[in-house]
Amino acid sequence: MSAAEERIVRQSTRNAWLLSLPALIVLIAAASGPLLIVLVYSFLTPGQHGNVVWEFSTGGWVGILWSQDIFTQEWVLADAHLTIFWRSLWLSLLTTVFTFVVGFPTAWFIATRPLKERALWLFLITIPFWTNLLIRTYAINEVLRKEGLMNTVLMGTGITDTPIEVLYTQTAIFIGMTYVYLPLMVLPLFAAIDRFDMRLLEAGYDLYASRMQVLRRVILPIVKPGIIAGSILVFVPSLGAYVTPRVLGGGKQMMIGNFIELQFLQGKNWPLGAALSMLLLVIVMAALLVYVRYANKGSSTHG
Amino acid sequence: MTEAVTIEARNAVKAFGQGDHAVRALDDVSIQIRKGEFFTLLGPSGCGKTTLLRLIAGFEMPTSGAILLDGADITELPPNKRPVNTVFQSYALFPHLSVAENVGFGLTMQGRPKAEVDRRVAEMLALVKLETMAGRKTSQLSGGQQQRVALARALAPQPKVLLLDEPLSALDLKLRKEMQVELKRLQTETGITFIFVTHDQEEALTMSDRIGVMSAGKLQQVGSPKDIYTRPVNRFVASFIGETNFMNATVVPGGVKLGTGDVIEVPTTRPGAVTVTVRPEQVRLVAAGEAGAIAASVKFLVYFGTDTHCHLELADGTEVVARLQSPANGEAGIESGQSVGLRFAPGAAQVLED
Repeated sequence: MSAAEERIVRQSTRNAWLLSLPALIVLIAAASGPLLIVLVYSFLTPGQHGNVVWEFSTGGWVGILWSQDIFTQEWVLADAHLTIFWRSLWLSLLTTVFTFVVGFPTAWFIATRPLKERALWLFLITIPFWTNLLIRTYAINEVLRKEGLMNTVLMGTGITDTPIEVLYTQTAIFIGMTYVYLPLMVLPLFAAIDRFDMRLLEAGYDLYASRMQVLRRVILPIVKPGIIAGSILVFVPSLGAYVTPRVLGGGKQMMIGNFIELQFLQGKNWPLGAALSMLLLVIVMAALLVYVRYANKGSSTHG
Repeated sequence: MTEAVTIEARNAVKAFGQGDHAVRALDDVSIQIRKGEFFTLLGPSGCGKTTLLRLIAGFEMPTSGAILLDGADITELPPNKRPVNTVFQSYALFPHLSVAENVGFGLTMQGRPKAEVDRRVAEMLALVKLETMAGRKTSQLSGGQQQRVALARALAPQPKVLLLDEPLSALDLKLRKEMQVELKRLQTETGITFIFVTHDQEEALTMSDRIGVMSAGKLQQVGSPKDIYTRPVNRFVASFIGETNFMNATVVPGGVKLGTGDVIEVPTTRPGAVTVTVRPEQVRLVAAGEAGAIAASVKFLVYFGTDTHCHLELADGTEVVARLQSPANGEAGIESGQSVGLRFAPGAAQVLED
């Protein structure tokens, strides 16, 4: 490469950096900045009426798992916190698995429709996104409540005599989250299945694989990137869900999102809230790292 | 080669669509394919040859009729229960598996022990000369190599019948010629019955023990390449395989009379108007006015290198092409506008059924 060419390359590299500067500034200011503030706050001392006192403390982080007894001043394991973490994790995993079980046949159905119909089905899948999440969640509330649509139908048709009380239980949160996040599972699955070469099914059957073996040995490994993408897209927002557990869990069945809110508003323990937010972030980052690793492996498989 | 029948189709019908819109892709086809033979289904696209192949593989169920393997009815068996494997037109190799895993897929699905699978995969890769590629991803292979993997994968479970659905159509000419030889070698070495589908008549003639010519969902003629070429039963077979001349004629005692009034000696049983066919290489040119020769005039010549196609016109306007060896340099050849006489080689003229 001649000196002139090198200069041109250097010049264009510099230009590229200059052009991306506005985006970089916004990213740093809007994403990293607030995060840094949260990180700093998690190491401060809670103030009397919310806010913080500028005094270093690891109390916020310790408070995630331990709480101080008011009378004896002893540090004991905070069972209530663990219950919330466990519930968040469990409900998010359950939602992810269930959206996959329901979403996979749905995505398969759409991907195997004629090209003209496909757009219509995809459009139908995205319709829920048009309405505000809060309104949709209240709609689910309306369906599930004691005198709601579900119980009216069940009792009207004589399937049950007494109303089923689902609302304000973990089941209600699970139903709500499955409904809200299902499209996020279906869309990446559809994208993966759409790329799947259906002729491989015949090749599988031809080579003595049963239907189950074709699913397990041919379809699932090939659409794996879509499965991982969909699972991350459902799991991550499920873990931090706030509106759904609030409206359908009735404040009794808290998840991490509600717990964080509690620290900032009623609890007046901002460092603990900040520490919890950072913890959530770390979990999400870990999940994304797993995804990136698997996605790279998947793409190298397809050359 | 034994005469035992491996695959048999009995009155196989496959209709697509319902009621009045139903299209018969396969219209009452009966065929017997012998054990260990290289059988080719030849025909233009849409003639039903691939449909017949898919019925044998089990991907489609016949609307009526039956498919038999070694005398047993397998019509209802799903593809994974049939000892029949397919080499797909698009190869359909598994992109998430290595070359060796692709080749071993069928054996693994059959539940064979790992040691046996490994041994057999190594054998198969040696057979198609891809030993060094075992660990590669299929996407890293060339078209010809992918073709070999597809062959090895289909042959590995030692099927009774190997189905090949236009497997060479995606390859360039040189590679196609190589693979034709390769396929023939594999078939001889493994002794497996091959059913090969193609629309390329040259491919069919050079590779097959027997050919079944198909058109419009029906089997037109079954026979050896030589039978099919020299004794076509109808106009479709005569024109689809190789080039040929057609002449209208009427049956007279001892032969047929052409439109020009000339009588050719051909054995025929049917009375009335018939079509006579003669291959261009069986047309001989002689001096004009020679006794017994049909008078013709040369319209134009097309030079092909080793031979020249001489387009002739008979007295009644019928066009006949003669394929002549090109004259040596300096040798006087035939020129357009010249009057000549033509004769057909003994036994070359055929009367067609329709």
